Amino acid sequence: MQTTHTLLVDVQDLKVQFSLHEGTVHALQGVSFQIQQGKTLGVIGESGSGKSVTAQALLGLIPSPPGKVVGGRVLLNLPTTPTSTRVVNLTELKPNGAELRSIRGKEISMIFQEPMTSFSPVHTLGDQIMEAVRIHYPEVSKEEARQRAIEMMRRVGIPRPEERIDAYPFQFSGGMRQRAMIAMALVCNPRLVIADEPTTALDVTIEAQILDLLRDLQSEFGMSIMYISHDLTVVGSVADEVMVMYLGLVMEHAATDELFTHPLHPYTEALWRSIPTIDGDLDRLTPIRGALPSPFAVHPGCPFFSRCEKRIVGVCDTARPPMVEARPQHWVRCFLYTEQGNPPQ
Amino acid sequence: MSTNHQVLLEVDGLRKYFPIQKGFLRRTVAHIKAVDNVSLQIQRGEVLGVVGESGCGKTTLGRCLVRVYEPTGGQAILHTDSQDLTLDDLNGEQMRLFRRSVQMIFQDPFASLNPRMNVLETVGEPLRVNGIAKGRELEERVSQVIQQVGLRVEHLRRYPHSFSGGQRQRIGIARALVVHPKLVIADEPVSALDVSIQAQILNLLKDLQERQELTYLFVSHNMAVIRYISDRIAVMYAGKLVELGPKQTLLRHPKHPYTELLLAAVPRTIDRQQRIITAGEPPDLARLPSGCVFRTRCKYAQARCAEEEPQLQELESGHFVSCHFAADLSLGGVVPRVQSFAA
Repeated sequence: MQTTHTLLVDVQDLKVQFSLHEGTVHALQGVSFQIQQGKTLGVIGESGSGKSVTAQALLGLIPSPPGKVVGGRVLLNLPTTPTSTRVVNLTELKPNGAELRSIRGKEISMIFQEPMTSFSPVHTLGDQIMEAVRIHYPEVSKEEARQRAIEMMRRVGIPRPEERIDAYPFQFSGGMRQRAMIAMALVCNPRLVIADEPTTALDVTIEAQILDLLRDLQSEFGMSIMYISHDLTVVGSVADEVMVMYLGLVMEHAATDELFTHPLHPYTEALWRSIPTIDGDLDRLTPIRGALPSPFAVHPGCPFFSRCEKRIVGVCDTARPPMVEARPQHWVRCFLYTEQGNPPQ
Repeated sequence: MSTNHQVLLEVDGLRKYFPIQKGFLRRTVAHIKAVDNVSLQIQRGEVLGVVGESGCGKTTLGRCLVRVYEPTGGQAILHTDSQDLTLDDLNGEQMRLFRRSVQMIFQDPFASLNPRMNVLETVGEPLRVNGIAKGRELEERVSQVIQQVGLRVEHLRRYPHSFSGGQRQRIGIARALVVHPKLVIADEPVSALDVSIQAQILNLLKDLQERQELTYLFVSHNMAVIRYISDRIAVMYAGKLVELGPKQTLLRHPKHPYTELLLAAVPRTIDRQQRIITAGEPPDLARLPSGCVFRTRCKYAQARCAEEEPQLQELESGHFVSCHFAADLSLGGVVPRVQSFAA
């Protein structure tokens, strides 16, 4: 019991497929990770890496059909009393069943990328924030729900919340809408907040405000955050640990400082050399060669094989590399760190 | 007028106001000052990066310079080899020369290509429309340019849907370059691309610029991209040009408080958890504050900032700032990291 005390989410070998006309997309090919209570896990990946599907799986929101969880478990530890916890496997729950609905929005909530399209345009922001409270806490009166919504709007930095609560989304700026979205995500005091590219649509000075706000709220409320982004530098500024995904697999997973100072996977290294930064010293970027493979392609070996600078023909294209602990608490899925990649001299 | 042949484009007091119309009679009640009194020069063969947040006018500026928009006021003069073209006073012949000399690369390669035109038609269209080439000659020139941008001749008959985002952006670049323009306006050309593809396109743009001695006006919201591609940087805020200077100077020693804020907001690769205070939001363009447009967010603002609008002044050689206190303030910039990730 002691060791699992702070473990909140335990994803084990999660596999998700999408059956489409053109073929089957293996969106997640065995993804495993854990999220600790009160910590932030950053997820980095390009389009097609499976980062958003991972988020959908945690919320039981995989569109089905065509999507289907074909393997693995998503375990959520819910403390029932101070000394005991109840473990729920989210993949076993009925997609729209009462139990999953009682978890979604209450224990796990979500901050989406585009605050304009994820609010209803015909309801006031206050109604939408209050709805979350009223669904999960039926005993709370309407007046109290309104007070909670106002309080949370104040907390996320929306000025004059007692007036603004009756405004519609279009009356808010992009930054203020994203604050309202965060208020809605936090109003039920969730254990986990999944933020899927929450600042990608925002200007850089507003992005900095939202990142600051998330850090503040986390130290105040103690929730865990799963922060998904394609932007390494943004993830680096909020996450305690980072995992790098590529074509449905976790390629590398380590504490943020470790990953930034000692990237081990050729994909992570290549990413670092290919992005312009504000304070780096690279005179010339080195693009990752080639393009993302077709999502329908099946790779017997490493999915990064076709673009990898350090590939070993005959090894990397024949079997999927295992996840190995190449440095303490630093996991990497690459043959370079196994015996196959380093044959004895 | 064209005393300095180093200057390719001279922009002087350019303004673009969009009317806000209300009521049954569509009366103009106010104006959005998208670009307000912007003056700058673009040197031959340089990359001028224009950076700012949404609504700062950077895209409108670019569009005025390719004459997508008719400017409300001000002037821009393009110095071509044969003659000076004044943007608001072009006869038919000059307009054709202007269209050939200034080309644009767009942000979204999924929206900017006609899905019913193949690569040959898309890239060849500017040649055909401008009466530069047709038939076999057109096909030859198109083949040449698509190879320069890293596509292959067998791609000529394919349609946009069969290309990835990066390849589509290459098609867009080929279409801009096929008429051998003097000035290329690139409006967020890598923003819609995946990170691993961005570097390919940035390097391609850089190589083409060096090889063909092109001049770019490169518009982006991304300071890291601007830093990589530009020789000089222009910072815009609420329709105004607030700072313009050589890249290194502007990044290390910004002189405008907004530039300082913008630089501070970009996540660092070291000191990643650094906290910055970036209060407030950009103003409503229809109701700009009096005096300096940035004063409502500026932590150095004083009484004078509300009363008097600062003018762009040359603080040091080539470094222009629009702030009353530019000479007195000591602002923080970017300290580059020495450590390298090169293996």
